[in-house]
Amino acid sequence: MSAPTEAAALKRTPLFSLHRELGAKLIDFGGWEMPVQYSGILEEHRAVRERAGIFDVSHMGELEVRGAGAEAALQRLTPNDVSKLADGRCHYSAFLTEEGTFVDDLLVYRRGADDYLLVVNASNRPKDFAWAAARIGGDAEVRDASDAWALLALQGPLAGSVLARAAGEDPTDLPYYGFRTMRVEGFPALVSRTGYTGEDGFEIYLAPDAAAPVMRALLELGRPEGVLPCGLGARDTLRLEAKMALYGNDIDDTVTPWEADLGWIVKMQKGDFVGRDALARQEASGVTRKLAGFEMVDRGIARHGYAAAAPHGPGLVTSGTHSPTLGKPIGLALLPVADTAVGTEFETDIRGRAAKARVAPTPFYRRKRKKEATP
Amino acid sequence: MNPEELHYTQSHEWVRIDGDIGTIGITEHAQKELGEIVYLELPEVGHVYNADDEFGTVESVKAVSELFIPISGEIVEINRAAVAEPGIVNDDPFGDGWLIKLKVTTDDEIRKLMTADQYAEYVEAEEKEK
Repeated sequence: MSAPTEAAALKRTPLFSLHRELGAKLIDFGGWEMPVQYSGILEEHRAVRERAGIFDVSHMGELEVRGAGAEAALQRLTPNDVSKLADGRCHYSAFLTEEGTFVDDLLVYRRGADDYLLVVNASNRPKDFAWAAARIGGDAEVRDASDAWALLALQGPLAGSVLARAAGEDPTDLPYYGFRTMRVEGFPALVSRTGYTGEDGFEIYLAPDAAAPVMRALLELGRPEGVLPCGLGARDTLRLEAKMALYGNDIDDTVTPWEADLGWIVKMQKGDFVGRDALARQEASGVTRKLAGFEMVDRGIARHGYAAAAPHGPGLVTSGTHSPTLGKPIGLALLPVADTAVGTEFETDIRGRAAKARVAPTPFYRRKRKKEATP
Repeated sequence: MNPEELHYTQSHEWVRIDGDIGTIGITEHAQKELGEIVYLELPEVGHVYNADDEFGTVESVKAVSELFIPISGEIVEINRAAVAEPGIVNDDPFGDGWLIKLKVTTDDEIRKLMTADQYAEYVEAEEKEK
């Protein structure tokens, strides 16, 4: 059996010792030594879908954009409409190249009219900071504050009740993509109702010193109900079932939001922004390829980077895994637009073997929302 | 934990010899490293391999690993129960989770493989390098 490769000199989050104590299996993830799993990917995945799971995502980068011109700067730097954000609200957006392709995908938090927090992918953090700093212009400044923040994600149907007990206040009055500061286990925290799993959940931004005590407390509070620490392995299967894009897999600097089926983060009417001209041209001419979900017809898992052959031309598998919820292989592929209708069959190349796949409806998994109490 | 009567490879396969039939699987250490196995690709009966040839793949949620045949021979049986339910390999890698049986070509190759003790030492050394 061929062995996975190991690497040295990795960065560690403030939770590294706790991961070891919890028996995590650690891997090199973009230069960070991160837990890929604790008890097992399938078990952790199930915990998040049925109960709740806690993830260390402190490797994510945080950029602070401040100043009287912060809103105007972010309107130019990102495709989503920052003017629509109220204080205490965040949205999904991106940095785009002049060609309209992804520099990164990110969240923009509005803490105040002149105070924004951008949460970016760990591996893109230096690139994103340099990119933003070079373009931000007058009256606003960008600072890489990543080292000042640890980040926990508490995800799953029980996330709200567990967090309420640790915070002494009810976080479930936050709307989806809303946030506020609160104390969690006595530590100041920025808590947002966001996540990367397709479940209800919260992301908890903390000072590095607060990360371990807060994670311990959440695990302790959730243990009787089966809340588990979860690694990046489950994070990947969860996000893929929810059809959330992963930078470096599904999107990168060769893919535009139109192609990635993320057109909803692009607000063409809001005025100019980096990448707009290219996106306008592509909108006019129409995209030739698009990201589509698929399931396997033949045996095997078509994974990231595997070639595809569709009726109207070649394609590329951008993500693929075994779906724990569906019990079968799923994935995302860039396919000729004419081949993205649900049901279209195409071939994937699984290490030299042709294996048939079929375009499937997405998301692969959608949570059942609780009925709102009638007033 | 590694059965004494088996022979082991550096790529974490094991062989059990019964007369001229060799049974091959992956070790407890291998299944633990892989995590939950979701797919096995095994060869057809009748395929002939030379020692160290790739004979299949084992796939967990997070990764694919190639399987290498420790000794030369012709495949006489594959474990269809494990193909249908790959979790068996996680649960019982040295028993019900065996992968293939082959008719052994030569007795010489088996002597180049590790004993249970040597394999345990090898795994320990490999772990330390991490």
